[in-house]
Amino acid sequence: MKNIVVIGGGPSGMEASAQLHKMGYNVILVEKSPALGGHLAKWDRLFPQGVHAGNILEGMISNINGVKYFLNANVQSINALGKSYNVILDNGITVLADAVLFATGFDLFKAEKKEEYGYGIYEHVITNADLENWFRTKNDQRIVENPKRIGFVHCVGSRDEKAGNRYCSKVCCATAVKQACEIKQEFPGAEVFCFYMDLRMFGRGYEDLYLSAQKEYGVRFIRGRVSEVAENINKELVVKAEDTLSGKPLKVTIDLLVLMSGMQNCSAGVKVAGQIGVAGMENDGFFETKDSIYSLQQALKPGVFFAGACTGPKTLPDSLHEARAAALAIHTYLQARDHQ
Amino acid sequence: MGKFGFALSPSSRINLDTLDNVKFAHLIEIEPDVLKCMACGSCTASCTAGKFVKTSMRSAILALQNGRNEEAISLLKSCLLCGKCTMVCPRAINTRHLIISILKVYQ
Repeated sequence: MKNIVVIGGGPSGMEASAQLHKMGYNVILVEKSPALGGHLAKWDRLFPQGVHAGNILEGMISNINGVKYFLNANVQSINALGKSYNVILDNGITVLADAVLFATGFDLFKAEKKEEYGYGIYEHVITNADLENWFRTKNDQRIVENPKRIGFVHCVGSRDEKAGNRYCSKVCCATAVKQACEIKQEFPGAEVFCFYMDLRMFGRGYEDLYLSAQKEYGVRFIRGRVSEVAENINKELVVKAEDTLSGKPLKVTIDLLVLMSGMQNCSAGVKVAGQIGVAGMENDGFFETKDSIYSLQQALKPGVFFAGACTGPKTLPDSLHEARAAALAIHTYLQARDHQ
Repeated sequence: MGKFGFALSPSSRINLDTLDNVKFAHLIEIEPDVLKCMACGSCTASCTAGKFVKTSMRSAILALQNGRNEEAISLLKSCLLCGKCTMVCPRAINTRHLIISILKVYQ
């Protein structure tokens, strides 16, 4: 029986593991945190229809039934051994893997790096992830009882060369619009502002989400990047931007500011990949795929595969598609290898 | 006192803190579609009057959202109600009807 090591127990890793297991491979799934689910486990609802993340995750976990997985486990070392890879985990397990799948996902951009927005400095500045956590737990001291005005800042750490990430993180626009509607449901009396550069509502149902944010929820979209945020004596936030549609500077004082942190390649995944020379990354920091159109699941090294956000920002359905594609790519690779 | 040619000019900044949006709320009541504008500019590009006098539906909606009511009216005063903007609006806003409603609420 052939061994396949899947690194990362988020949606991509779980889906690929489930598929490979069904195909008859011996899958070893490695997850560094104490639970499966990755970022999905920290999210409340998903765009465009507001499906509960918990329900999706539950389905995924029941689907990996039979897959061997290790939690709180890190890849200590990985090295090529002929056509295989010798993978040693920090829990003492060693696997000689016929194929390795990186489903290492993403890290959220650390919003405190954009100091001008005041995350971690001002009391009422939170991130998209913090807001999802509040939707789930209703526990966050930073969110005041009845906010009158709430702002969302798009592209935090995305499309920003100085933050080191020139690319668009793809999912934040839809997330911001979703969260703007949701917070309006929580606080119907509040005014909600979205500060955007472009609205990239590319997927099925996303444009409808935008339209309903405008029409049903009355969310005000202001085209202009927030230049700075200051806290006044009442701990309110004074937000400055240009309203680029009228070409005039704009000021608004708000009670809560939500920063849409973008995606970057997972630093833990980069460390592991570096050991087998896969970290030969493109200048955006994500892993380099064999080509840009046809072989997105293959690394330049034979036997190494990718699924999900480790090769660029992706939506959840995108990542799941890649996981299934990766399972098939691995299967095809192993069959061809055996016939050589 | 001699005049030196210096004067204080009013700030052009949009201050949403001091915005009085009672009239805009009334406009939304009778023309909810005003919220659907995504500022594409088709209306302004197709405007018959706009070739001669600055006329812009898109800019007028934005001006109203920013509390610049007089500016909005001045951007619409040359409108001939020809309806070309209604035909081109991708969000299917009845701009012609909207213009009349704006004039009713704000004038």
